[in-house]
Amino acid sequence: MKPISSVIGRAYPLGLKNIDTDIIIPAAWLKTISRSGLGKGAFQSLREVSGNVFDDPAYAGAPILIAGDNFGCGSSREHAAWAMADLGISAVIAPSFSDIFSGNAFKNGLLAIVLPQDAIDRLMEVAQTDSIHIDLETQTVTTPFQDRFAFEIDPFRKHCLMNGVDEIGLTLKSSDAISTYETKISAQQPWLTPNIA
Amino acid sequence: MPTPQTLYEKIWNAHVVEQRDDGTCLIFIDRHLVHEVTSPQAFEGLRVAGRRVRRPDLTLAVPDHNLPTTARLDGNGQHVPIADPESAQQLEALERNAPEFGIAYINATDIKQGIVHVVGPEQGFSLPGTTIVCGDSHTACHGGLGALAFGIGTSEVEHVLATQTLQLTRSKSMEVRVEGELGPGVSAKDVVLHITGVLGASGGTGHVIEYTGAVIRALSIEGRLTISNMAIEHGARAGLVAPDDTTFAYLKGRPMAPKGAQWDAAVAYWRSLATDTAAVYDKVVTINAADIAPSVTWGTSPEDVLPITGIVPDPSTFADPSKQEAAKKSLAYMGLTPGTAMTDIEVQNVFIGSCTNSRIEDLRAAAAILKGRKKAANVKWAIVVPGSGLVKHQAEAEGLHRIFIDAGLEWREPGCSACLGMNPDKVPAGERCASTSNRNFVGRQGPGARTHLVSPAMAAAAAVTGKLTDVRELMN
Repeated sequence: MKPISSVIGRAYPLGLKNIDTDIIIPAAWLKTISRSGLGKGAFQSLREVSGNVFDDPAYAGAPILIAGDNFGCGSSREHAAWAMADLGISAVIAPSFSDIFSGNAFKNGLLAIVLPQDAIDRLMEVAQTDSIHIDLETQTVTTPFQDRFAFEIDPFRKHCLMNGVDEIGLTLKSSDAISTYETKISAQQPWLTPNIA
Repeated sequence: MPTPQTLYEKIWNAHVVEQRDDGTCLIFIDRHLVHEVTSPQAFEGLRVAGRRVRRPDLTLAVPDHNLPTTARLDGNGQHVPIADPESAQQLEALERNAPEFGIAYINATDIKQGIVHVVGPEQGFSLPGTTIVCGDSHTACHGGLGALAFGIGTSEVEHVLATQTLQLTRSKSMEVRVEGELGPGVSAKDVVLHITGVLGASGGTGHVIEYTGAVIRALSIEGRLTISNMAIEHGARAGLVAPDDTTFAYLKGRPMAPKGAQWDAAVAYWRSLATDTAAVYDKVVTINAADIAPSVTWGTSPEDVLPITGIVPDPSTFADPSKQEAAKKSLAYMGLTPGTAMTDIEVQNVFIGSCTNSRIEDLRAAAAILKGRKKAANVKWAIVVPGSGLVKHQAEAEGLHRIFIDAGLEWREPGCSACLGMNPDKVPAGERCASTSNRNFVGRQGPGARTHLVSPAMAAAAAVTGKLTDVRELMN
């Protein structure tokens, strides 16, 4: 994962609530065995409507998306995060995210920033004309009009994002602790190992 | 005296390998189910990094999402090739990856094959008190057995394959207590649709939900799996039902479940997992069974739930402006007019299947309505897709397939089928489907498809009348 400290640029003012991962990337696109090239299918059903924000030249290449409550609900497909990254999106700002999507976004260096609805309303307004600045270090979202919104982020996730940490590599450093746990459990609960064969 | 704990806290605490100062825990994963759609990139990641699967003995691979549900062997017993080259490639990838990494693989023509969330409990692979993950959000299903089970993304699939753990922070706990007794024609599916309507699509976000109360205790394991399956539809990554004698009776003798003295030890442990009387949940929601009718969705979010006796809502009556906007879009997509009685809505398609409702009890409930009846002429496509080869076998032994076929429904091979529009089973654009699946999202059952989520008995009733129907009118 590439380290990320800030995202600056225009934002797609989408604003809808309950954007599920079937909308972000429909199932027909999940037959791939690769992580790349999914941008073409991103938000397909929304893009079929004329005048949609994704095809408005004013927002072409915008690195930020502003959405409503419960963004990324539904299917666990990480293809949603891959598709958004492929579309050039580096951050989503919404009042809430589904737990699975926010984990998937984090694993791909895609910022999932939670701000209250009134902040979202203001950013939707600013996004019509101007850029938005997300700074991970100071945990703030700012605009050229002196708006300044602070956001919370899990300290472990912040550390991983800012340092581009390979999470599997990090966990593998705890291999001894995992082995100790496995030894203890197989003694206490020997029935836990399934009879697969 | 030890601090009183919830079922969730007990399972969580039993799986902590390490805890960091910031509260993140390394959690051990007891069971990992793998299917063809969300695993190829994970195996590729392992290959690129030169990593192996740490615990292949805790991992089970089954294809389900992509598989066509038409016959898999021809008249000569030869494999029927999969027509879609991308689906074929994805299935071949799993067939190759499983043996390469030493993982047990149930192939498409094995009688044990089925939807991962049907296969896990059926084989006794899924057990109470275990942590279970799968690259699929409906993994919450296994919580019906009292397992802490949740869906993960592909990066996490790779993480579990490599380390048998996940880096997690503890969720909040919520109790959803369903008291009373269900009325006639009201099933577990109606209960979970009703709960989703009450909580909303994000009501459980950040929480693990334990379903409790007289209604839940009286449900079979099939019913509990149906409820926990849809925990994710009200935002909870995992659902739980405390294991009890019903659970133990269901699991005893299953092929991968413990045997003999090991079984007794396991049951003793599982009994200790129940939430302590004095334990406190972060949130409690109480639901009265008397308020639950046979239910149906009208919109494009699973929270858009009504009793079948209801009418299509007017978006302007919603208090929340964003909900008004969403409802307008939903109704436009669904082609519905406010004020229409739900029972006046015609359906052209009926789907009985999915990890929510494809177990034997679901098929029995549908067959009980269809017995001696025919599907309506306006229903063009009606399929019954058993959750596994073993469910199919059981249904055929009971003669249920005859009832479906005689009624004019198609009897298919096991798989995810028309739940998600990534195999040949799709609902045509602009048409409606009474579906026992779990999601009514835009395009979920195929581009432009209009989904009404219902129980198996309600889907059967819709097949008979050709419109959404109160199943109670066809009972007696």
